[in-house]
Amino acid sequence: MTDTLLDIRGLSVPLPTGADRPFAVKDLSLSLSKGEILCIVGETGSGKSLTAFASMGLLPTNLPKPSGEVMFEGRNLLTLTEEQRREINGRRLAMIFQEPIAALNPIYRVGEQVAEAFRLHTKLSEAEIKQKVIDLFTEVHLPNPREILRSYPHQLSGGQCQRVMIATALALDPAILIADEPTTALDVTTQAQILRLMLDLREKHGTGILFITHDFGVVAEIADRVAVMRHGTLVETGPAKEVLLNPQEEYTQNLLAAVPRLQPKVSRSYLGEPVLVASKVAKTYQTRTLFGAGRKVKAVDEVDVTIRRGETLGLVGESGSGKSTLAQCLIRLVEPDGGEVTISGGKFSGLKGADLRAARQRVQIVFQDPFTALDPRQSVRSAIAEGPIIHGLSPAEATARADGLIEAVGLDPSGGDRFPHEFSGGQRQRICIARALALEPELIIADESVSALDVSVQAQVLDLLAEMQERLQFGMLFITHDLRVASRICDRIAVMRHGKIVEQDEPATLFANPTQDYTRKLLAAVPGRDWQTNPTRKAV
Amino acid sequence: MARFWLIKLARTLLTLWFVVTFTFIVLRTSGDPVMALVGPDALPDEIEQFREQWGLNQSLVVQYFSYIGQMVTGQFGVSLRNSRPVMEIILERVPWTLLLGFCSFALAALVGIPAGIAAALRRGRFLDRAVMAVAVFGFALPNFFMGILLILLFSLVLRVLPSSGTGTFWHLIMPVLTLSTFTAGTLARFTRSAMLEVLERPYMRAAAAKGVSSWRRIVFHAFPNAAIPIVTIVGLNLGQLIAGAIVVETVFAWPGIGRLLVTAVSARDLAVVQGLVLVIAFTMVMANLAVDLIYGLLDPRIRGGGR
Repeated sequence: MTDTLLDIRGLSVPLPTGADRPFAVKDLSLSLSKGEILCIVGETGSGKSLTAFASMGLLPTNLPKPSGEVMFEGRNLLTLTEEQRREINGRRLAMIFQEPIAALNPIYRVGEQVAEAFRLHTKLSEAEIKQKVIDLFTEVHLPNPREILRSYPHQLSGGQCQRVMIATALALDPAILIADEPTTALDVTTQAQILRLMLDLREKHGTGILFITHDFGVVAEIADRVAVMRHGTLVETGPAKEVLLNPQEEYTQNLLAAVPRLQPKVSRSYLGEPVLVASKVAKTYQTRTLFGAGRKVKAVDEVDVTIRRGETLGLVGESGSGKSTLAQCLIRLVEPDGGEVTISGGKFSGLKGADLRAARQRVQIVFQDPFTALDPRQSVRSAIAEGPIIHGLSPAEATARADGLIEAVGLDPSGGDRFPHEFSGGQRQRICIARALALEPELIIADESVSALDVSVQAQVLDLLAEMQERLQFGMLFITHDLRVASRICDRIAVMRHGKIVEQDEPATLFANPTQDYTRKLLAAVPGRDWQTNPTRKAV
Repeated sequence: MARFWLIKLARTLLTLWFVVTFTFIVLRTSGDPVMALVGPDALPDEIEQFREQWGLNQSLVVQYFSYIGQMVTGQFGVSLRNSRPVMEIILERVPWTLLLGFCSFALAALVGIPAGIAAALRRGRFLDRAVMAVAVFGFALPNFFMGILLILLFSLVLRVLPSSGTGTFWHLIMPVLTLSTFTAGTLARFTRSAMLEVLERPYMRAAAAKGVSSWRRIVFHAFPNAAIPIVTIVGLNLGQLIAGAIVVETVFAWPGIGRLLVTAVSARDLAVVQGLVLVIAFTMVMANLAVDLIYGLLDPRIRGGGR
């Protein structure tokens, strides 16, 4: 392409002395053309976000100065003075962020925050600015622009906040939009809408978009060109279709292989008797006010769930659909308002005190964030052995079991004496799984357990869960927002919406013939759903 | 929105009622008030006369309600020492304490908040460490000691400031300096930590990406958010300011309610002490109500309600 907008030449971002490597980004060269969408893909620590921050002059102040050149409109962005930078940011270069709600200032109305861009860079009157903001809100498809204008960020959803951010970014028709994981924190359906919006805007304004993501599905959906980064260096770059379908480098090949396929797993026939039978589980949340009862929200609305020994039931749905509340009601981390729960033949609902504590042994949970789920001051061995000791195993037996599990989940046997901070995210999730398995539960609840992990690590943890299930034959309730992950591990998938299970079937049937519109919508929203299964279709 | 204020107001009234009732209970259970009033040498007739005069021969319930009635209408009785109405005695002292408190607080805020912001912006560098060292010194040094040091330096050695009393602007300087040191130190520390937290927020980066200048980011984006926890601390600190006033007014012979409290207690002037306790409690409760209201103004999330 000819119209080069942004030309990154030999960019290096050094890390402070004492970091685990000398450079966050090393000798990176990339270019972005007018109207092009360039996706930078990489796992945690690949330096993709810092590349964006360096271009915007937003690097954390504790980092040493970057070297190399980032050329834009004849100027090196790395050597701008603060004044020049202020003049160019928001006007010629704009950026949107990963957490849209947190990226808006909580104390100002969103209309004000968009208006600020006009006030900083133009001499328009207040009335003209207001009209411009309303036009922008209409363009990014915000409903009732005049009302949204007067809302505070906490009154809007994540998707709406991201639309406000995009409106701010587009306010002055910038040449380049830098998007740092703009859809990672959003639901799939919202993600699909935001991606479509970005494609439209590129079409209409010819904006060059530098899109940073870890998700190959998103890449397949919108990228013209892809740059794969690892440990701060460029692994390979090329047209999206080439890189996705015919990757040259081994690292890219492995990364792509790790992305779960949207291909339904063949369900198994040797499943045992039910370990979890729940009927008519219900939970209503009520906002309380001074004058009595407020608004009622049926978080879980008379749901029936059955899971058999050795079976994995996937629970999918958007945020707020009641997935997590249902799981917490099943194991009574949240007390349900009604319904019967039986776990491995024993009644679970209605138990109290010591009986309930004893019954808890039969069901364990693995959380989303492995960084906060482990006590930082407890060694890995004692974290794993603690549960069995509480439930009556002698310390010697519990320690032996813990050591066995540390090996079983693929960690170094000497790891038991170490502490959580010495392990990576994936390793910590393995520790959490070992901790859950230590009680020899009949049922495991995995609440978004792989959502915070990089794809390659995600694949390993999913394999570990499947392997352990094969060996120990526990039932598993697997909560996820990611249909790819669900299709890889689940025997059955239940789709939740507004507190109800709207559809439930084997993945093959569900994916081929969804009966509900909502399921169809969810499936359609999976980014880049065709590139793995149907490579002949155009990837973009 | 209206409900937010109503709930706050209801809670404030409840707290005031609690304070008034608590004072009543303490005064009735900590010994016979008549004995305290008339002294140990009084004759039985005198005691009886006193009881009747003060309504202490009636049942506790009747006493309680007539007491509540007096409190609501602002009748705190008369001083036992000079028979002047308690309210009058207190009210003539209040402006002095207000003057001292207001000046001290203003000075503390003007010094402490900018110092805290500067320290946060220069985190880990010399300025940060210097500000924090001075701040620790500020709130670790007891008021009376600070006051004595100032008197030593400015009144006895340099002979530039009067050591006690009122009358001129110069009389104000040392008491205000003494009283504001503690608050300034506390404010500097809290401002620093509140600012550090806010500066890390994604919206600060988003503001920079919009092209907002660094001083505008600090003044309009960071500080209003940091002010939310700072206001809470200010409310809690007001109690310290009043406690400090008692000491400072005594050290510098300042004619405020702090010194009045000290003299009333040592003279066993119960009516005045009771009046003062209620006035101070009332001030604290009102200050906290004000803090809550300001909190609501600053933070749209607290105000609640829909769009």
